[in-house]
This record gives sequence, structure tokens and C-alpha cells, in this order.
Amino acid sequence: MNKIGLYIHIPFCKSKCPYCDFYSLRTGEADCESYASAVKSSLQSWAERTDKKADTLYLGGGTPSLLGGEKISRIVLAAKESFDCDGEITVECNPSCVDGDFFKKIAAAGVNRVSLGMQSAVDSERKKLGRIADVKAVEQAINKAHLAGIENISLDLMIGIPEQNEKSLAQSLEFCASSGATHISAYILKLEEGTWFYNNAQKLNLPDEDLTADLYLQMVGFLEERGFSQYEISNFAKPGYESKHNLKYWNCEEYLGIGPAAHSFLDGKRFYYPRDIKAFEKGDEPIFDCDGGDLQEYIMLRLRLSDGLIFSEAKKRFDDFSKEEYIKKALLFERAGLVKTDENSISLTAQGFLLSNGIIEKIIY
Amino acid sequence: MAVPKQNIRNFSIIAHIDHGKSTLADRMLEQTESVALRDMTAQLLDNMDLERERGITIKAHAVKLDYKAKDGENYVLNLIDTPGHVDFNYEVSRSLAACEGAVLIIDASQGIEAQTLANTYLALDHDLEIVPVINKIDLPAADPEGVARQVEDVIGLDCELAPRVSAKTGLNVDQVLERIVQDVPAPREADDSKPLRALIFDSVYDSYKGVIVYVRIMDGKIKAGDTMRMMATGAEFTVVEVGYMRATSMEPAKELTAGEVGYITASIKTVGDAQVGDTVTTAQNPASEPLPGYRKVNPMVFCGVYPADGADYENLRDALEKLRLNDASLSYEPETSGALGFGFRCGFLGLLHLEIIQERLEREYNLDLVTTIPSVVYKIHLNDGSVIEIDNPTHYPDPANIAYSEEPLVDAHIYSPQEYVGAIMDLCQDRRGVFKNMDYITPERVDIHYLLPLNEIIYDFFDVLKSRTKGYASFDYEIADYQRSDLVKLDVLLNGDTVDALSFIIHSEKAYAKARKIAEKLKENIPRQMFEIPIQIAIGGKVIARETVKAMRKDVLAKCYGGDITRKKKLLEKQKEGKKRMRHFGTVEVPQEAFMAVLKLDE
Repeated sequence: MNKIGLYIHIPFCKSKCPYCDFYSLRTGEADCESYASAVKSSLQSWAERTDKKADTLYLGGGTPSLLGGEKISRIVLAAKESFDCDGEITVECNPSCVDGDFFKKIAAAGVNRVSLGMQSAVDSERKKLGRIADVKAVEQAINKAHLAGIENISLDLMIGIPEQNEKSLAQSLEFCASSGATHISAYILKLEEGTWFYNNAQKLNLPDEDLTADLYLQMVGFLEERGFSQYEISNFAKPGYESKHNLKYWNCEEYLGIGPAAHSFLDGKRFYYPRDIKAFEKGDEPIFDCDGGDLQEYIMLRLRLSDGLIFSEAKKRFDDFSKEEYIKKALLFERAGLVKTDENSISLTAQGFLLSNGIIEKIIY
Repeated sequence: MAVPKQNIRNFSIIAHIDHGKSTLADRMLEQTESVALRDMTAQLLDNMDLERERGITIKAHAVKLDYKAKDGENYVLNLIDTPGHVDFNYEVSRSLAACEGAVLIIDASQGIEAQTLANTYLALDHDLEIVPVINKIDLPAADPEGVARQVEDVIGLDCELAPRVSAKTGLNVDQVLERIVQDVPAPREADDSKPLRALIFDSVYDSYKGVIVYVRIMDGKIKAGDTMRMMATGAEFTVVEVGYMRATSMEPAKELTAGEVGYITASIKTVGDAQVGDTVTTAQNPASEPLPGYRKVNPMVFCGVYPADGADYENLRDALEKLRLNDASLSYEPETSGALGFGFRCGFLGLLHLEIIQERLEREYNLDLVTTIPSVVYKIHLNDGSVIEIDNPTHYPDPANIAYSEEPLVDAHIYSPQEYVGAIMDLCQDRRGVFKNMDYITPERVDIHYLLPLNEIIYDFFDVLKSRTKGYASFDYEIADYQRSDLVKLDVLLNGDTVDALSFIIHSEKAYAKARKIAEKLKENIPRQMFEIPIQIAIGGKVIARETVKAMRKDVLAKCYGGDITRKKKLLEKQKEGKKRMRHFGTVEVPQEAFMAVLKLDE
């Protein structure tokens, strides 16, 4: 039986970042202890409902590291116990609130991958993003993780942030490439309704559409050169360090999300817990979203990957799949250098990734 | 209770827009107790929502009022309310022809305006007795005596006895009723024994009764069972019912006789069979001559009307069919546009008529429409000596075959305080107007007379006039002759393909400026797309303006929200839905706003 991915949402942050619309609460607003217990019982109750086992675990947030090494270890061990989870185990960390002891504790519990929310290596940019500590904290966090034996380290980077330009991005990229990180997640800033950024966009001195696109291409080129291959729109890795957990999303595989605002895809159903920690702690059931895993969805997700839609794999999964229709639809984009097509696959180029919404829509509908 | 013919008064109310026509009608209905107070709503006769909202009368209406006058006698007052816009001048003239008198309302604060005069002359043309009424005397700015003098000076009407009223409060409205009784003549030469001649001044479609024909009986009489004959079309019908229009109901009667105003139903299927201005007679005893003044109404302004969503084509057809039931002046025929798909070429009396139809289609039939740039009817003289009439730029012939072209003119009168004369003349000059003359109506007010090409006034002339004169100028026009003109057709090309729906015909002097504006507007309104889009405006094969919409660079959902795949899916679906509202030209997607922007190009 295929193993699933396990996602656990930790909805706590010291403070809300001005661009973020993830579900998170200020610490103190809720009791971390009772939340950790609620996660544990949720894991147990899900384990009773399904025979499936997990081979990836991802603690995302919010700021999971805020829970501290001990509670994280407890949650990781509970997940291992309920789902035999053995493979890639990732914890998202805020570099400014982790120490050597923290990494030792989580490493002992089995955590083997750390994702650091760096966003930018330029301190003036970091401030605008609400990052309190300077970039040295990131360097130190990497070192401490290494010392604790965690060598698989991912850095978050943002493109299109206030005041960013080619030069400042080059500085951030150089930092990433020489930091010892194995993986880079680089997201283009999106103004999410309700965030401070969204409401103050005019004041932010944001790079415009053209510059943002140029920055993205600059990044793709630079990271390739420095040995980080692009394997998804926003993800780059040294060979063999691709995120196994995130790949489950893009391969249209199963995952179970625990915690408020966490999404799941299990047994052909997509469902999620509402953004309400109280309801989750009470044990309220998640909400059904829609059926998932059809061909359209599969193609939509696969086209986010650099490998793209591989016909033989699609055929394995969907009996009636036939490549001709898609090759035909892709032709127009191929001429413009946005898509690559051969007898085995369709995939988007870096330029194509920048326009992926429009291209994917045209290809799947 | 039968009232003798000499106690019948048939009259209209005429006024410039907003001078209080419908409000005065409301008060008359109340004071003659024609309508229970609890049923009273403002603008009672204007029963279309659109009429009430815009404060204008679109359809003619008629109502029979019973009035006991101060002389102790009972009178029948037939009030025929007329549409208040130049687009409907023909309807107005037929309504007036059904009357012996007209109540002329003048706003005590504004005085004489363009339509005051135009309607007065129209009424005088029909030998109507005019009863001047000075309205809105409750307004702080009212100057009833000054306005009375103005009416005496300009129109030559004695205003000594003219009631000074407030239709809003009802003050002195009883005097208006008395003046109607005393000044408006009873029906002239109303002879029941002559062959029937009834003037159709309006007709409305009713889903139960078929077409209800509103008539004024000039000679003879008509009753249920008679075979009626339309003298212009020759169509015959068996009369089902005759009667009178009351304020809130229809009142069947045994017969209608000479001098009366009433309705006829005869299971008539479309209003086209009961055209305004036609004469009704009977097949048994036909009149030898129809009443004068009938003409077939020709649409003056044409445009393409397309459903925003192609799937609504049939609904649009049904809706037009239904509107046409009630509006013989609306014409439509199917047309296909490479750009807009299947739609209809519609003909209208004028721009207001166009706007009204468009609004009714959108509101009453819930349709989302795209309309093309309105066009007038051009006469194109070809080298082989033949002449073709063109109301659609798509049919514009190869310029090499054209000997010369002609365009329709209007005879326009603009009334304004004299301080705006300069601004108005600039505007008219800019619209290729030819100055005729200028009269001082009063020391402060002028009547500026211009010949203007119709195509220069069909979209925004009135709006611009209003804004340049702070709303003080009024405007009225009549269709005049055709005039030779140097016309060209402008084509819009997107990505090299002609967008037929955006082509239009224009005077060559204006082509360059217009072309540049259109190119700019399109650039502003066409969002960046996956590929660069060249915009070109051309005359024949020659490009005279160009712009480029740069290719889009970024359209990506970078982040995977904790596995929230549904959100992505919904985004793509929304994106797809959004594009349904776009028009596709090859690979180019053009939002409707771009069409609207080109349509509404302000000078």
C-alpha cells in the first residue's frame, strides 16, 4: 500500500508577519500544551480509522519551533507511533528562536529536515517582512542544526518583496548557495486579502510585474548554476534533496493534514479543518471539500513540476488518458517558448512557470 | 352617465423635460378622483419602471377623467400624455393630432426651453388651443411673472389667465382643469353618421387581449363585432371589445363614437399591425380617405446587439421579439460578427431609444449585452451609378468603387443663456456643424440654429453640451437632408485580425485623432496576455495608428497552501469563467470593457 504524507499545522506565531494569511495565533492566545495533546489524540483517532501508514511528516505553521524541542518531539513521536512514520521528517523553524538544544532534541526524536523561514538575506528587506533578527541568525541556525546532525536544510526565499532588485536578490541568492542549505523554496510574494501588505500595497515600493518576472528568472538561472535544480515552480534542490513530502502534493498523492486550516487528500476526498483551534481541540470533524484526484487535477499539479506531465505515468494512473489532445493544446505555448513537448512529456519552461496559471488552465480545460 | 359631445375635452400636456408634466397629470387624476388615494403612486401614468426612474415618459398614455366643472356641468377630459423626447417626435405629433388642446407647462424657475418651443410649434401645427400653465411656483427661484412675460413675448400666448400652479403641492391645479373646460374646444365636426375614421395614437401589447389599440374617433363609431380595417396596412380584424382607459383599469363600453378617446381590442398579434398614425375604418362602410399625417417610422440609428454569453442568443431573440410586440419602431435582424458571434442589427429612432431598449433588455430580460458603435444610415454612390444605403460598417464597399458618399444631417436648435454661446459654437464647429442663425429669445437667452451631421450627435453630443453649459442649454433637432461628405471606414486590427465589431464610418478629417484615441483606449483596456498584442487602426490597408499591449510576464500561484489544492482548482475555474466574458479574436482575449471604452470615447 502506498504510504501517505502527514502534515501537522502548528498555528502559533510570536507575531503576525505583514504579508502572511496562514492561520496562526499569537502565543499566549492559546495553550501550546493543550494543543499538543489535541494533536496527539487526533493522530490516534485517525490511526484507528485508517490502515494507511506515512513515510513523510511535515510540521508547518505558524511557527512550529515556538512549541520548543520537547513538545515537538512529543508530537513527532506520537506521529511515528500512530503512523509508523519513518521517512522524511521536516520542521519549519524561525531562525531567531532556535538554539543548539532545540535541534538536538528534535533530532533525537527523528526530525531529519529543517525548513528555515529566511525570506531574504538582506536585513533591510527582512525588516519590511517583519523578520526581527538579522540574517546572521539564519547562519547560526544552520550551523546549530548541522551540529545536531540535521544536514538536510531548506531555506525560504521570497521574490517580489518591497524594495527588492537584481542586486539585493543576488545577495540573497549568494547567501543561499553558500550557506550549506540543500533546498530552496522561493515564493513570489502574493498579496493576500486581509493582510497588512494587501491593504498598504501602494506604500510598499513593490517591484512591478516585469521586474518580478526578471527576478524570478535571475533566481532560476543562478540556482541552476550553483547546483540547485529546479524541480517545481518554487522549489530547488541539490540532487536527491527534493522535498518528498511536498512532492506528494504535486504527484496528486495522499496526505493527511492535522490541525486547524490543514488540508487533506485521502481515499479520493479532499477535506480540511476550519480555521478554528477551539473546534479542532474539541474534536470537531473536518469539512468535506470535494472529490479529488481526477485527471484534470493530476495534470494541473504535475505541470507545476519541472518533469511535467509524463505520459506513461499518467496512462498508468488514468486508463483513458491520451496524450494527443494535450500536445495539441500545448503547441501554441511551445512556439512561444513557454512549454516543452516531446513524445514522453509536456513540461513548462521557467518562462512558462511564470505564466503557469494561464497555461495550465488552457491545457486542462 | 353619458356626457354630450360638446362637453368632451381632448388634450395633451406638453413641456420641456422635467418641467412637471407627469406630476401635473398625477394631480389632475387626484383632483378628479380618478384614482383612489391609496392607489396613487408618483408618475402614475408612467408605468414602466424605467420611466419612473428616469423621470421621462417613453410611451404615450391616455386616461379618461370625469370632471364636474364650476359651471355645474359634467365634462369628460381625455388626457393624452405624450413621450417627452425628440426620438419620439412622430409619436408626439400623432398624440397631438388626437387632441383639440394642449396644456403647455413652463417651469417658473427655468422659463422657456428647447422642447417648450419645439412642442409648442408642434401643437400649433395641429391647430391646438394652447393653455399655458406656469408650474413650480413653490420653488424659491420661481419667477412666475417674468416667465409669463417671456411666454407672451416669445410665443405670443396671453398669460394673464395662465394658472400659476405647484403640481407638486397641488396648489391651483383646479384652475388648470377649469381652463381646459373653458379654453379647449369640444371635438370639431364630430359626426357619428360618417364612415369610421379613428386615429391610432398608440398601441400596446397585452398577453391576454392581444394588441390594445388606443384611438381617437374622428368620424363615425365602432363597436364590438365590427370588422375594423387598418387603412395603411389593409389588415382587417374583428373587434372584440371597445372601451375607455381609466387611470388604473380598462372600462369596456358598448361603442365608441366621434369625438371620443378609447381603446379597441381585436386579437391583433403584433403592434406592427396597429401602427401609430394609421387610420382605422370599418370594412362594412369604409372611409374614402385616411386621416392625414401617417408615415412609416424609420429607424435613424443602428447598432449591433450581442449577448455577452453566446448561449443567450435565443433569449435575446425572444426578448427582442417581446419588446417589438410593444414597439413598432424597433427593428432587428440577425447578423453575425466574426468578433462577437451571433447577434442582431437593431434600428432605433435615436440614441435615447437605443439606451432604453438596451436597458430594458438587460433589466427586464436579465441579459448581459455587448453593443457596437452606433451608426447612422449612409448613402454610398458607387462608380457604376448605383446607390447603396449602409447602416453597418461591415457592409462598407471597397473604397475604390465609391464615387462619393452622403450622410444625414439634422436641423438643430440649441437654447441657452447667452454666456455659453461661445462654448456651444465651439462644440458645434468641432462636430462639423454649419451655423445657420441665432435669435435672441430674450435679452439673456438665445436660440442657436445649426445644421449638424447626425453621426456627430448620436453618442455624446447632448452630454458634452450639458457639461459645457453647466446644464443650462437645451437641445432639439429634426432630421434634415443628406449631404455629400468625405467619409472613411476605420478598421481595428488586433494581432493582425480585423475586429469587425469595432469598425466604424467617420469623416476623414476626424479619422486620425479618433484612431489614436481608440488605439490608446484599447491598450488601456486590454489586459496583458500571454503574447504581445499589436493594436492597429487602419483605413483600407493603411495603418494610421498603432499601440502594443505588452505580453504578460507573471501569472502564477507560487505557493502551495499546506496542500490546499482545491483553492488552486477554484482559481483556475474562476479564471476560466472570467474568460467567458471575454471576446476571443484568434488568441487575443478582449474584455467587454474595451468595447465599452471605445464606444464611449469622449472627444
